[in-house]
Amino acid sequence: MKKLHWDSFADWVNGTTPEPECPPLPELPKKRKPRRTRPQDPAHRIRIFSRLYRVIALAVCLCVVSVLLYTLFQLPLFGAPDNPAVNEVSRRYVEQGLSETGAVNMVTGMILDYRAFDTFGESSVLFLAVACVMMLLLRDQNNTTPADIRQLQRERAAEPSCCDPILQKVVAVVFPCILLFGIYVVLNGHLSPGGGFAGGAMMGAGLILYSAAYGMDAASRFFSQKHFRILTTSALLCYALSKAYSFFTGANDLPSCISLGCPGAIFSSGLILVLNICVGLIVACTMYGFYILFTKGEF
Amino acid sequence: MELLEKILSLRFEIAAFLLFGIGFIHLLVEKNLIKKIIAFNVMDSSVFLFLASQGYIAGRAAPIITDGITDAARYINPVPAGLVLTGIVVSVSISAFFLALTQRFYHRYHTVDFDEIMILAQEKDVD
Amino acid sequence: MTELFECILIFALILCAVAALHSRHLLSAVVIFMAYGLVMAVLWALLQSPDLALTEAAVGAGVTGILLLLTLKKIHALDGKGE
Repeated sequence: MKKLHWDSFADWVNGTTPEPECPPLPELPKKRKPRRTRPQDPAHRIRIFSRLYRVIALAVCLCVVSVLLYTLFQLPLFGAPDNPAVNEVSRRYVEQGLSETGAVNMVTGMILDYRAFDTFGESSVLFLAVACVMMLLLRDQNNTTPADIRQLQRERAAEPSCCDPILQKVVAVVFPCILLFGIYVVLNGHLSPGGGFAGGAMMGAGLILYSAAYGMDAASRFFSQKHFRILTTSALLCYALSKAYSFFTGANDLPSCISLGCPGAIFSSGLILVLNICVGLIVACTMYGFYILFTKGEF
Repeated sequence: MELLEKILSLRFEIAAFLLFGIGFIHLLVEKNLIKKIIAFNVMDSSVFLFLASQGYIAGRAAPIITDGITDAARYINPVPAGLVLTGIVVSVSISAFFLALTQRFYHRYHTVDFDEIMILAQEKDVD
Repeated sequence: MTELFECILIFALILCAVAALHSRHLLSAVVIFMAYGLVMAVLWALLQSPDLALTEAAVGAGVTGILLLLTLKKIHALDGKGE
């Protein structure tokens, strides 16, 4: 019975791959050939290799650092205004940015308007990273032996269910502030420093703090795997759709029905507010998803 | 004296290169996988430091437009900041992936020492 | 004056990197690495990049450190003896 590639890949993902039936059998005679000066112990060989490796690594590093320090004297002066990095691109971003994107914070205006496609790629990288970590650490019936699951349950039962009261009291005060500040940073991304990445990381860190203080069960009441899936995919989709709209109107010289608004107001700068919220949601979900997967291996 | 002034004026670049070297050598030489990941993060942030120091212009403000002045001679270069901002968040997801791989290694070989893992892997192959 | 402060911070940064990579216990390595992230955040603020400072303070000092600590717990490196 011949399996399709896709099936075998799905088996590998699920951890139900059947053991291969000893393919290296025809290789064995080659290994048995007598070699004269070869230590039999593989551990010994690895030790020799690692000693040699250290010496070579040291040499390579010294070479790299000396080349880098040599280029130091070819570098332009630090902080000089006629630095080659300060070219017409950055000049245009600063001079035309406010009228073209409506964002007061130029960095946000740049990464979410001029270079929004890059940022979309980076949000997808975050999504992919969570998917990879999930593949490696998710524990369910498919990829874990029953003995492991039983041991996991025993470990979880042995842990103290109620955490430190000092931590809980402090978190009760601090957690709303952190979450509020994160939301503020996300919503004000086009007006003040911050934006989706910084605010999302803050919200994720706040959620992590909450679930560390009150336990996983309390946190999973308002954030489960279903919420995670819905939030991340809908945020990515919303990002893609809103950016597709602005690309479509921009490429065909159509008038966009989203006005840029008055610079400095919260509802200004067109789609940047929406994109900031999407990026913030994705980053927050990613950080919290990492935490959940690292602590208990399931949602 | 002149060299000292040069070094002082290029302090961020020198720091970035030194951190890159420190991180690189530990990434290659260190046996413990956790230390390897920390070294990788140090390398990461040294690259970010170098990028951001290239965008800095002495005596200018952060690229947030104040008082409606859109004069390019007033703000620093926003391009490296935008590059680094996304890079920081991607680097943390990469290190989370590495840490997950480390946990799987520990689950299989019950050690995080890279040499021991190599030896154990060879023994399991021989079996 | 700012230059002196920057030089001190850069020195602390390199010191933190070396100390984190040379410390015997993995736990202290992780804690020193979080301190490294905080020093880095202050340096971003001095380089006139407040966006980077905010992100680095939340990510470099917070989330990366938490993930490293969780991994240490999973690989039983916190059970007394360390490395």
